[in-house]
Amino acid sequence: MNAVYAAMDALLPFEWLHYTFMKNALLALLLITPLLGMLGTMAVDNKMAFFSDALGHSALTGVALGVVLGMESQMLSMLIFGVFWAALITFVKHHSKMSADTIISVFSSTSIALGLVVLSRGGAFAKYSNVLVGDVLSVTQGDLLALLVALLVTAACWALLFNPLMMTSVNAPLAQSRGVHAHLVEYAFTTLVAVAVMVSIRWVGVMLINSLLILPAAASRNIARNAAAYLRDSVLIALFCGVTGLILSYYLNTSAGAAIVLVAACVYFATLPLRRK
Amino acid sequence: MTQKTNSRVPAPAGHAHAHCPHPAPCADNAPCRLCRIEVDHLGVTMGRQVLLKDVSLHIHCGELTALIGANGAGKTTLLRALLGQVEHTGTVRHLTSDGLPAAELRTGYVPQQLEFDRSSPVTVMDFLAAALTPRAVFLGVNRRMRGRVAEALARTHCEKLADRPLGALSGGELQRVLLALALTPQPDLLILDEPVSGVDQNGLESFYQTVSELKHKNHMAILLVSHDLGVVERYADRVVLMQGTVIKQGSPEVVLDSPEFEQVFYAKGGRA
Repeated sequence: MNAVYAAMDALLPFEWLHYTFMKNALLALLLITPLLGMLGTMAVDNKMAFFSDALGHSALTGVALGVVLGMESQMLSMLIFGVFWAALITFVKHHSKMSADTIISVFSSTSIALGLVVLSRGGAFAKYSNVLVGDVLSVTQGDLLALLVALLVTAACWALLFNPLMMTSVNAPLAQSRGVHAHLVEYAFTTLVAVAVMVSIRWVGVMLINSLLILPAAASRNIARNAAAYLRDSVLIALFCGVTGLILSYYLNTSAGAAIVLVAACVYFATLPLRRK
Repeated sequence: MTQKTNSRVPAPAGHAHAHCPHPAPCADNAPCRLCRIEVDHLGVTMGRQVLLKDVSLHIHCGELTALIGANGAGKTTLLRALLGQVEHTGTVRHLTSDGLPAAELRTGYVPQQLEFDRSSPVTVMDFLAAALTPRAVFLGVNRRMRGRVAEALARTHCEKLADRPLGALSGGELQRVLLALALTPQPDLLILDEPVSGVDQNGLESFYQTVSELKHKNHMAILLVSHDLGVVERYADRVVLMQGTVIKQGSPEVVLDSPEFEQVFYAKGGRA
């Protein structure tokens, strides 16, 4: 790791990168933003923005679960609960005649309330409030490794899932007639989103994680002319917003997650006029 | 009443279908992989609701079989059962002209007018390449795949649409693209679920002309769901009238002049 820091000092001799926590934060964002930028494309195409928002909220219950079970790792309890919650929402959506947004809203509210009830017992919520806004400056080397593994595994799965997801987003019965197992693909995708959201949420925050998933993909749609450009531009925009937001937050002395999302929103609005009519 | 026309697209000479073997060979004189699909006593139940019961019919290669009926008659459910997308009771057998089980059935499917996010940048090329190759489309479409997709699109004369976003196509253009995909690889059974709803008259005629050519040239079995009785009368070889089950089947003349047809479509003083 020292070699990476030395390389950063040599290649990026900026004041804001002088501190180790800023180096870690930059490295974390170089892993988180492409991860979310990549998944965001199909989350948008499959109309899952609300779903991923609900998943972000469920992190609170994940933390609460860890507290109740006495688990040492917040990350592990959030991951387990996130994957379970994603699968449960998808299952109920498939087996109910209610509209998807109603079902997701029910699950979202339930998980927020459950998380708050457990975490606020005895007035102890302040201890956990960092989950709400996130703090990318507290990333450790171990966290970076977890993010790297998540990015590599997701990229590998993405190569298998992208085509079936794209076809399903256009028409599920048609995709099925071409041999796509639409339900299996949806479960796999929601699991990937759950993992990506949970490994990133402590650094970005419950309130902003969904913006980082959706905004780069939405901005990319404004300028991309085909699927390859759509994914490439979404990842590049996410990277740009991550780095720019981090630098801005350093000089403005403000929350990094919020600054990143604001930059992403600016990119979205700046690219909007370029949209093909 | 339905407008009667005398311009039905003629079947090829020597075409007989009461019981395969089929006297008309495939275009390349190769033996047909599939002669007929025999559906016997098929039923579909979802929860406590019986959607289809006791459906029995035969679908022959080289013929266009049209499913007609009021909304909720179970036409699309039958298609989905034949596509293996909903569980059903009864049997569906794919047979060769010798009455033996046919090799694995290749099915092409053109769905109803799609409702998808039309602002997505996914192009026709992306979509077809995703369907025809396991290589992730975000890695780019290579020259070989471009060639394959262009070849597929040429079958329905829409190769010029390759680089257009899927969401920017007109209804007629989109259906031709979906037909091109359904024909690649060439299917034994082509299923068309109200393929031209919302398409203008020129697009509609052009679509069915292409389907007719395919039927004659490639000898495939075609199953069509349509509410357009003019189209059914003009292009179908056999018509199956449904209302939760099959209530009448036969040639267009027989079914469209039957009391059952009158009952379904005109009992309440207007077309269903």
